[in-house]
Amino acid sequence: MKKFLTAILFAPILAFAAGATLHLDPAPDKATDMAALQNGAKIFVNYCLNCHSASYMRYNRLKDIGLSDAQIKDNLLFTADKVGEPMRIAMQRADAKVWFGAPPPDLTVIARARASEFGSGADWLYTYLRSFYRDESRPTGWNNAIFENVGMPHVLWELQGDQVMGPDHKLTLVKPGKMKPQEFDAAIGDLVGFLKYMGEPVGEFRKQLGVIVLIFLAVIFVFAYALKREYWKDVH
Amino acid sequence: MSKVNAILQGTLNWVDERFPLTSNWKAHLSEYYAPKNFNFWYFFGSLAMLVLVIQIVTGIFLTMHFKPDASLNASGVPVAFASVEYIMRDVSWGWLIRYMHSTGASAFFVVVYLHMFRGLLYGSYRKPRELIWLFGIGIFLCLMGEAFFGYLLPWGQMSFWGAQVIVNLFSAIPVIGPDLSIWLRGDYVVGDATLNRFFAFHVIAMPLVLLGLVGAHIIALHEVGSNNPDGVEIKKKKDANGIPLDGIPFHPYYTVKDIVGVVVFLFVFSIIVFFMPEGGGYFLEYNNFDPADPLKTPPHIAPVWYFTPYYSLLRAVTYPLLGIDAKFWGVVAMGAGTLIFAFLPWLDRSPVKSIRYRGPITKWLLSIWIVGFIPGAPVAQLLSVYYFLFFLTMPIWSSLDRCKPEPDRVTMK
Repeated sequence: MKKFLTAILFAPILAFAAGATLHLDPAPDKATDMAALQNGAKIFVNYCLNCHSASYMRYNRLKDIGLSDAQIKDNLLFTADKVGEPMRIAMQRADAKVWFGAPPPDLTVIARARASEFGSGADWLYTYLRSFYRDESRPTGWNNAIFENVGMPHVLWELQGDQVMGPDHKLTLVKPGKMKPQEFDAAIGDLVGFLKYMGEPVGEFRKQLGVIVLIFLAVIFVFAYALKREYWKDVH
Repeated sequence: MSKVNAILQGTLNWVDERFPLTSNWKAHLSEYYAPKNFNFWYFFGSLAMLVLVIQIVTGIFLTMHFKPDASLNASGVPVAFASVEYIMRDVSWGWLIRYMHSTGASAFFVVVYLHMFRGLLYGSYRKPRELIWLFGIGIFLCLMGEAFFGYLLPWGQMSFWGAQVIVNLFSAIPVIGPDLSIWLRGDYVVGDATLNRFFAFHVIAMPLVLLGLVGAHIIALHEVGSNNPDGVEIKKKKDANGIPLDGIPFHPYYTVKDIVGVVVFLFVFSIIVFFMPEGGGYFLEYNNFDPADPLKTPPHIAPVWYFTPYYSLLRAVTYPLLGIDAKFWGVVAMGAGTLIFAFLPWLDRSPVKSIRYRGPITKWLLSIWIVGFIPGAPVAQLLSVYYFLFFLTMPIWSSLDRCKPEPDRVTMK
């Protein structure tokens, strides 16, 4: 009986083992690195927030990552007048659809949406943003190793340079960009860290509060259990 | 002090002359005698009540900020989807209320499934508790409806396509199917009309029915008294005062015991809410963070985990019958798979109630039956056939099984 139950518990694991896999590079964890998150915000506002919106995210929420209202206003406020406004863009969706085939998605919660059984959303974005390669058959001249026939061109090509895909599906850098490969990877790490933060700004606080809640419940448990023992000592 | 007591007693008397407060308190709590041998499995009834309260209270506050509106806002995002993110970001503690509600949905099914399984283990549906069981089945059906309607509201990709798939199932019904599915949606595709009516069902219709059924479930339970892990009736052995020898007052004994259960439950619940609110993609599906797009069908449309057993019954039927589409028979299998539980009190012919005194046939057949609930279990079609055979042949195997004698009194194992 026990053997049978053990066997059936492992059966689904074997069933899951088969199937296609997508190899993702693990994204570095920048959740508590304020300098990295601020750098990520800078890259995001300068390179992404022109075609993509982040319309659930207000500029002044960036105070979470250590910026002041004045800093936000002076350095990041390109698409709005007031720091309390959300990160909207001027491009009309109807226009975007004509220009790109599909309107670029809102990026506020993209790091949550791209999670899968292969890795976190941050892992996917970290791999995706470093996997563009030259492909003259595409209208933009760019393709992506993990997002086939992607509509977005390689916006960061100046920084990374040109990659090509070999017959073995490996990407090689053929024309260097402004950044060395390590520098580029670090910049993408910061950007992805920011996207992850933006996906759930309360994420870090949530975990800190969770620890307190669990400690509180553990203390309550001691009293609740003692009370139960006291009442039940005469039940046999 | 005695003056205060006199005033309190006077107030209570005043109320009691106008409303059966003390008598209800006694009937349902302080003089409701429950068997003293409840084990782990008996926590899940009170926990289901707790989750119901969590869902109603968090739901009320979510309703204050959620907007059931499928139109696109200035940024091209559906208003409903954006309003959920507004709750997550701009509403004070909105993220906590929302995660409690989304985790609560899964928690509800966890505790209800365990509560039902307890009934299965100890024969709690057997005479005289058939009506408790039937009210419970009603609660379960309501809960499935409540979850289905609620899942559309965040208006993500999985919300949209899940509802699309399920409503389309009704179109498989011969003759009236296509018109029926349009009537249900209020449109040719899942749209604003669907979102609004699902919102109405989710926040008003289903909770009302649910609360009524929960009331009936508990009234029926307190009429006949609780079963217990030994499956023997405590009311058969009473003392001189007519109190069951193996019974203890629900209050304070089980109230203090259930508080321990509540704290342990809240501990596990908080681990999910605070550290893994997405539940690895099982509680909040990842692509539900993409707003609904009627023009972009996701490659995999999977139901949330608590619907997977019924979904696999649906998918197990792959061939047409009597000239009607296989999809229709899949729907029939799914419906029958849910409703068949209602017949358990009359299918089970075992001389004993509890698994403790039942024989090897029951133990084996029940174990194999549980396998069918493991997600990704192999040979799904075979297990689906077995699922029904388990119930349909129960009158035979349950009466054939080699049972052990039941004890006279409950045991404290």
